[in-house]
Amino acid sequence: MLETSQISHNYKGTQIFNFPDIICQQESTLLILGHSGVGKTTLLHILGGILQPSKGKISINNTSLYEMAGNKLDDFRGKNIGIVFQKPHFVQSISAQENLMLAQKMAGNSIDKQHINDLLKKMNLENRANFKTYTMSQGEQQRLSIARAIINGPKLILADEPTSALDDKNCDEVIKLLEYQSKSLKAALIIVTHDNRLKKYFKEHIELF
Amino acid sequence: MSLIKLAWKNIIHNPLNLLLNLILLTLGIGLINFILSVNNQLKDKFDKNLAGIDLVIGAKGSPLQLILSSMYHIDAPTGNISIEESKAFLREGHPLIKRSVPLSMGDSYKGFRIIGTDYSMLELYNAELSEGKKWSGIYEVTAGFDVARQLKLSIGSRFKSSHGFNDDEDLEHDHGTFKVVGILNPTGSVIDQLLLCSSESVWEVHDHSEHDKEENPQLETDEHEDHNHSEHDEKYDHQNDMSRQHLLEHSDKEITSILVQYTNRTNFQALSMPRNINQNTDLQAASPAYEINRLYDMMGTGTKALQLIAILIAIVSAISIFVSLLNSLRQRKYELSLLRVLGGKARSLLSLILTEGLIMSILGFILGMITSHLALSVLTGNLSEKYNYSFNAWTLHGLEAQLLIASVFLGLFAALIPALLAYKTNIHKNLSEA
Repeated sequence: MLETSQISHNYKGTQIFNFPDIICQQESTLLILGHSGVGKTTLLHILGGILQPSKGKISINNTSLYEMAGNKLDDFRGKNIGIVFQKPHFVQSISAQENLMLAQKMAGNSIDKQHINDLLKKMNLENRANFKTYTMSQGEQQRLSIARAIINGPKLILADEPTSALDDKNCDEVIKLLEYQSKSLKAALIIVTHDNRLKKYFKEHIELF
Repeated sequence: MSLIKLAWKNIIHNPLNLLLNLILLTLGIGLINFILSVNNQLKDKFDKNLAGIDLVIGAKGSPLQLILSSMYHIDAPTGNISIEESKAFLREGHPLIKRSVPLSMGDSYKGFRIIGTDYSMLELYNAELSEGKKWSGIYEVTAGFDVARQLKLSIGSRFKSSHGFNDDEDLEHDHGTFKVVGILNPTGSVIDQLLLCSSESVWEVHDHSEHDKEENPQLETDEHEDHNHSEHDEKYDHQNDMSRQHLLEHSDKEITSILVQYTNRTNFQALSMPRNINQNTDLQAASPAYEINRLYDMMGTGTKALQLIAILIAIVSAISIFVSLLNSLRQRKYELSLLRVLGGKARSLLSLILTEGLIMSILGFILGMITSHLALSVLTGNLSEKYNYSFNAWTLHGLEAQLLIASVFLGLFAALIPALLAYKTNIHKNLSEA
């Protein structure tokens, strides 16, 4: 499913990050732990097709990510990778439901209102469909961003500190939701975090130094 | 959730910015269109009313005033001229003159001027009867199309004129009740705004009011009898001789001015005719083409200043769109990166921002059009109240398409730099900073 070999990234003149090789199978979950400043977000962006590393190779389902041209990479990312960010950000001017429509549209898929409604229901957000996202609670926003990450049925779900802003109860809920949804999509899930609470949920983890 | 819809939602998400931009755009584009429309309609009116008139002969005074009063009927006449003096120009068969039209002014009815003239006036403006007949007897009137429509005159209507050109009841003549005998078809020229009668009717009204004020005390009752349809009223039945020869016989009488068409306007003698008249007679000759160009020049200075202001406002509105897009871009840095993460392409962001600029400028164009035409219809109301001069507030002048293209470019231009910044947005950097 996901395979990396010898990736390292070099910010202009400053740090060099060397990352261990990562292999993650379909339907499995990988936790990547590390303190601030060890390049967690950099790694997640590299895996998500957002940042081209200085060296190394990433392939997803045998497609080498950064050998694709810009537009093709955008398409591939939209269709195959779902990302949940630390702080859930949305397009402010439109409603929760419309943000999900936008995600379908941007990935080049047609808009499927039925699917969106089902997903909102699963996330317990059906009564928030027409709310502007900034009027929703932290927990609701994080659930919505999970909905957005999985709406196009990605092969790989990446989560960047998805729980660090949440209390224990919401943390538990979000992690279970992420795991459940990625299993049902038969997708691989990679969580990058410094949140040690998550260790107890996952067997496999890699620590970055 | 199409790009256009998203752009629209983004714009209305910041209503104060939108309001400011739209106010500026509406002012700029509206003012430009207003100036263009007024200019266009004025020129159109002036040109239509030139009616091939090469020369206006009248009493000494301001040449522009003579032109305005005799051709456009919007200023007071310069005075009167005697028929004796003007015989040479009124006589048929003058080698340089194809057509001359005598005008006698002084009275009006509800602000519409009553002009004493003969049938050459109809030929000059290509006016035809729509109903009734041409004026001939004393106090018979043939009404222009607009007068008849606005004052609801029909064949048989009677009215009393008032002295001067304002609608002032105190100046109403006690004598001479005019009777409408015909109504003209619309021509689009100034004749639509006039009440036409014979010169003798004009003289008659004034002679009566000057000499025999007490002669006809029953006039009030006369008016009540109007509704009895006394078709064979003696006063109106007497047929008047409308020939030019007949007019010239009254050499002791006066008229106001003469409209002249040359037989050949490039003829050398014709060209020197105005100078001859001005130097050798007590008359004044004014050339409409020359005076109207002078008027355009005078208006032109004001128009140019206004145009400059309008263009400045348009530029300020472009800057305002630019600044507000740039500001919102800074706020939406994360949003835009998000669109990329979701699979959006760089060029989609480019078109998103351009669309936002475009929507604002097109909205501004639409509002500007509406505002300028509303302003024009207010002006038209004023003008027709004061001068019975009608503008059509909602006609287009043909430059709207160019104005629309200019607005589109203004929007695109203002959005260009913000759009390029969005295009080049560094997703990784934006997402890490947030």
